Amino acid sequence: MIRVDGRSDSQSLIRARGLNKTYTRAGEKIQVLQGLNLDVDKGDFVAFMGPSGSGKTTLLNLLGGLDVPSAGSVIVDGDEITHMSGSKLTNWRARHVGFIFQMYNLIPVLTAYQNVELPLLLTKLSSSERRKHVETALGVVGLADRMNHYPRQLSGGQEQRVTIARAIVSDPTFLLCDEPTGDLDRKSADEIMLLIEELVGKYGKTVLMVTHDPLIAARAHTTLHLDKGVLVEGSKLQQGVLAGGAR
Amino acid sequence: MKFRRLIFANLFRKKARLVLTIGSFAIALVLFTFLAVVKSAFNRGIEVAGADRLIVVDRVGLMQLMPISYADKIRAIPGVKYVTHDHWFGGVYQDEKNFFPQFVIDVDNHRQVYPEFIVPDEQWNNFAKDRQGAIAGKRLAERFHWKVGDRIPIKTTLYGAGAWEFNLDGIYHTDKEGGDESQFWLQWKYFDERAPSVIKSTAGWYILKLESPDDAVRVAKSIDEKFANSSDETKTETESAFAAGFAKQFGNIEFLILTIGGVVFFTLLLVTGNTMAISVRERISELAVLKAIGFTDRSVLFLVLAESVVISFIGGVLGLLLALVLIPGISAALTGLLPPLLLSKPLLALGVGFAIFVGAASGLLPGLGAMRMRVVKALRRV
Repeated sequence: MIRVDGRSDSQSLIRARGLNKTYTRAGEKIQVLQGLNLDVDKGDFVAFMGPSGSGKTTLLNLLGGLDVPSAGSVIVDGDEITHMSGSKLTNWRARHVGFIFQMYNLIPVLTAYQNVELPLLLTKLSSSERRKHVETALGVVGLADRMNHYPRQLSGGQEQRVTIARAIVSDPTFLLCDEPTGDLDRKSADEIMLLIEELVGKYGKTVLMVTHDPLIAARAHTTLHLDKGVLVEGSKLQQGVLAGGAR
Repeated sequence: MKFRRLIFANLFRKKARLVLTIGSFAIALVLFTFLAVVKSAFNRGIEVAGADRLIVVDRVGLMQLMPISYADKIRAIPGVKYVTHDHWFGGVYQDEKNFFPQFVIDVDNHRQVYPEFIVPDEQWNNFAKDRQGAIAGKRLAERFHWKVGDRIPIKTTLYGAGAWEFNLDGIYHTDKEGGDESQFWLQWKYFDERAPSVIKSTAGWYILKLESPDDAVRVAKSIDEKFANSSDETKTETESAFAAGFAKQFGNIEFLILTIGGVVFFTLLLVTGNTMAISVRERISELAVLKAIGFTDRSVLFLVLAESVVISFIGGVLGLLLALVLIPGISAALTGLLPPLLLSKPLLALGVGFAIFVGAASGLLPGLGAMRMRVVKALRRV
């Protein structure tokens, strides 16, 4: 279950409290997130929507330990990550977070297999154990037969599948998807969404996704809207819009 | 090593750039190696100097001669085992460009003082019996295709006009690495017979072998005190100090070589550093992704440094291989102008060490930049 009211729920997998993020640009302070609260349970699939600059990616970065908040806390599976040192946070990310980016961000000089293997190079797994994991991940995304292809030899949809395989290969606690279909045509986007849905439904993965596309967002369990750094549940936003319209 | 594939895949990303960088590194290493062997050649006299040998010269200068009677007086000083003397002959063989050092030696004591110069006994005995005899170093004999029994004319301008003719009675070699095999020896007795009267019964310098190297300071002091206030005061020093002083006569070669070497070093640093900086800048987002998925700052620094070191190592090894081929040719072409140029194992090891150091140093700045890069900022650039 997803909550944005900040009421304590110790069962939540991801718990954000009073998240603030302020940037200084040209001497001016810009508040991107303002006291944001969020609770996400294991197995949830959440979509974040909102206009550009509303703080969607910033929120994802904070939840994924890529950035630190100006104030507030993020607790994932009982670990308070906001006060972790740089190297501790890096190790935490390696174990708990799978990243899926809009532009795939594969290493062009490595094959699909080698790209997916990258997170496992940081573990103590042997070469044969790594092979087993990589083949499984590529099998899940339906690219077992393309493992020796380089990114330039794959279509956009296939590249994004490799990214997903790289994100799930180390079996992370949750996945963060930043516009995973933003660079794909409708058909490929649909295939990627089916795959993400499968990861949630069949494998019980927790997924937090940023998107601009309402059709894509609609496939999540819950859609949260970010507006001026504040989170609003989809249904409440709709009510607000309706109430505004009635006046 | 788990990251091997990642490092090599990145290296071959831009093949033309890789080849050019490795090529420039290799050429620079050839130059570096050449400078190092020239420096080593000038210092070889110091390196091969015997720790138990002293050189006695006239205090006024090397060209000033000393009475031959000094030999017995020096021999009488406690701690002195053997004494011999040399003279500079300074002749010309066929053409002035065929320069090689010619020494007038004391047949009776030379072998005891210089045991590292090996002459077969039979050849030495023939030489000792033959007043017009001569002995040439192996390298010198090979240079002019001389063989034992050849008659060798040497023109001299120092000791009267005309050519002195010598019989080549023997060829010496040395078992000491870097030892000089380019000398030509003739007998002092024959020289003394033919020399002008003003230089009869003189020696250019004395070389003495000590009972123990520990006696060097005491014996040197005793010799100089013995001849103090005489018409030919002496200056006694160890063979290595003498060789160092001799090398300095050519000017500050070491400074010149170090200056050129420094320029080579910084040029290499800039070339490789620039390549690595461009390479890192081109794939900043990829490095950011690596950091996002769990590569630590140190692993990213390691990846950049490893790439830089691999480039410089390959370039360095190629450069040294090239130097191994080129330097003997250059050495042959410069025979007579420079001592033999030898690319020794320590110099090769120094070259490899230099290459690795330059690689690590040039990768350091781009590596630190990649290490300090903020993932969020770098990902936003995509």
